[in-house]
Amino acid sequence: MKRTGVFICWCGSNIAATVDIELAVAAAKNMPGVVFADQNKYMCSEIGQEIIKEAIRSHRLERVVVASCSPRMHENTFRKTVAAAGLNPYFLEIANVREQCSWVHKDKETATAKAIALIRTAVAKALRNEALFASELPIERRALVIGGGIAGIQAALDIADSGFVVDLVEKEPSIGGRMAQLDKTFPTLDCSACILTPKMVEVAQSEKITLFTYAEIEKVEGYVGNFTVTVRNRARSVDMSKCTGCGDCMLKCPVKVDSEFDLGLVKRRAIYTPFPQAVPNKPAIDREHCRWFTENKCRVCEKICPAGAIDYSQEDELMTVKYGAIVAATGFDPKKLGNYGEYAYGKHPDVLTSLEFERLLNASGPTAGKILRPSNGRPPKNVAFIQCVGSRDKAKGNPYCAKVCCMYTAKHAILLCEKVPGARPFVFYIDVRTPGKDYEEFYNRAYEEYGATYIKGNVSKVFPDGDKLLVRSVDALSGALVELEVEMVVLANSVDARAGAKELAQKLSITTNAFNFFNEAHPKLRPVETHTAGIFLAGTCQGPKDIPETVAQASAAAMKVTALLGKDSLLSTPTVAEVDEKLCTGDMSCLVVCPYGAISEKILEERRGRETVRRKVAEVNMVLCQGCGACTVACRPGAINLKGFTNEQIMAEVEAICL
Amino acid sequence: MKVTTDKINSNLVKEVEEISGQKVSACFQCGKCTGGCPVVGSMDIFPHRVLRLAQLGLVEELLHSRTLWICASCQTCDSRCPRDVDIPKVIEALRLLLLRRKGGNRLHPASLSARVLANAPQQGLVSAFRKYAK
Repeated sequence: MKRTGVFICWCGSNIAATVDIELAVAAAKNMPGVVFADQNKYMCSEIGQEIIKEAIRSHRLERVVVASCSPRMHENTFRKTVAAAGLNPYFLEIANVREQCSWVHKDKETATAKAIALIRTAVAKALRNEALFASELPIERRALVIGGGIAGIQAALDIADSGFVVDLVEKEPSIGGRMAQLDKTFPTLDCSACILTPKMVEVAQSEKITLFTYAEIEKVEGYVGNFTVTVRNRARSVDMSKCTGCGDCMLKCPVKVDSEFDLGLVKRRAIYTPFPQAVPNKPAIDREHCRWFTENKCRVCEKICPAGAIDYSQEDELMTVKYGAIVAATGFDPKKLGNYGEYAYGKHPDVLTSLEFERLLNASGPTAGKILRPSNGRPPKNVAFIQCVGSRDKAKGNPYCAKVCCMYTAKHAILLCEKVPGARPFVFYIDVRTPGKDYEEFYNRAYEEYGATYIKGNVSKVFPDGDKLLVRSVDALSGALVELEVEMVVLANSVDARAGAKELAQKLSITTNAFNFFNEAHPKLRPVETHTAGIFLAGTCQGPKDIPETVAQASAAAMKVTALLGKDSLLSTPTVAEVDEKLCTGDMSCLVVCPYGAISEKILEERRGRETVRRKVAEVNMVLCQGCGACTVACRPGAINLKGFTNEQIMAEVEAICL
Repeated sequence: MKVTTDKINSNLVKEVEEISGQKVSACFQCGKCTGGCPVVGSMDIFPHRVLRLAQLGLVEELLHSRTLWICASCQTCDSRCPRDVDIPKVIEALRLLLLRRKGGNRLHPASLSARVLANAPQQGLVSAFRKYAK
């Protein structure tokens, strides 16, 4: 029997307050195989780790059990500790006596009994632990960034800056994303385009970055360091190598469609670039609306194009590329307001969403930057800004806070006062939330310097009243009823995950929360990683955030990518499935249940007496296998085993815990 | 009590701000003034609500309030206000608004004896001059 040492951690009072450590140590000393047991206030501390190393040397320990917190916390720490003392790191076993014992129990006597049982279980497994060795994997030194908004742009630039090659894939005909739609940015009122377009141009000019616009992710296979991604380059119907971006085609195209970029406030043509500063500044033909594709008529753009760049025969092209790392930066969608009839959105032209109002402010927007009522083209005097439309509303919207509305509404109020002399902004709010550098001061200016009236109370209903709008609410601070006649209503609609986020998450094998925002690996300590190694997050695809936070996260994601791509090779985890070919019957139940496509068929040639027999067995790709163990359960002859979690080890644990 | 576009845009709020030299709009309703007011027990409208009603243009409602005459201008609120609003000055402005409409002091200095003038607290006297009978 292997000489085993048991080390019990107090975790300060986390474990020691509920588990009688002395009793547990005494019990451990009597367990089969245990030749040494000790305890320490913090086993993970340097002193604690020294105790383990010293005991391995002086008591010639062959297996180590640490009874402490969850293995998710410190398994790695202690594996390194035992490795430093010359043992194979997989000779370590953790008994989780914190999360699975002391934290969930109150009674010390029963908790101590349970802790002892958990330690006995871990010892039983440790005695059967075998040496495992990680293998090395190569790394593809190319990164993929999905989404060309400010998050994707920043991530791509930073990765390229570190010397790695990046492909940036954007769904729309131009990069720029949501930030390109904004007029000014809080709290400094920088012009959004002025700070964004230089970065867009930098992307286009970078030798390390290849831009794929009008392109979408079709399929993602593989694993960290070795992803194989299929990208669909949608038929643009414009030969990018010939097009000079002169824009003549867009002037002559007879089809007018609601502009997505301007949220339908103006029309675009069927051949279009989303906005004047588009990168690349080359149009695409929207085949759903183009007369040639819908009615087989027209071809005006082809006739007008001086470069002969129009190509109706183009087809979607699929390209398959290998990447070492992926950054998802797919952004958000403003919430659709179908559930909010009370605000008269869609019923009265002067009720706008905040992004529509933003377009009115923008010099390249539908009104060339003048705030004018869509109904009559005149500037409004009184404007109601309604906060939390679809946010903080668990009944029919999102229960979460959209985070950016308080600040952009303060900005809208300020810009309204600056652009329309004598105009009065009224902000209906539930709470005003302004955490951020210089944010509170910015909000203070909105009401103190510009005289925006903040009313604590959400608007219950907006009544179209002749050419005006009547908004009714209450000022919860004074109890006074509020009934205002305004000429424009701006709705701060919530931030939703981008349409299609769920489908992309499935392709990437990453998880989402209930609202389809991508999940980070740890909310505090791993905010840019996902649970899938090699896939990182940037920007609002992970949750609502503003531009500074988005840029910071994008740079952080880029840092993680370069740290990964900068390695010579990756170490694979050795706890993967293993087939005992002698027992395998080749019925391939394992192949069916494997979620990672790690199992394939293999034909064995065996001598039986005088003849050679060909026999089918399962084979595990050690690189693709993630060690989930599904195959071991599906295998009827018990031929497939998960290294580090073999059937024998699990059964030994069950026996020990049932003692 | 109802807030309307007309009331909120009325000149009364501007007048209060002009007389007091204070930005009524600066108040963000933390409530610290009311929490520390030594005479709040006798007020019908608490100091923070005085500011709120003024912000919303509900000045008429304030002019009938006892609070205007209970406030002792002791400056406790002002010394603690995080938004740097001198609340007694705002309340004084409201008193003035009323006085300018109706006129007439309750007391005339000449009617007071030398003994009263010597012994009565000065702030009390100043208040009394202004506290007219309707």
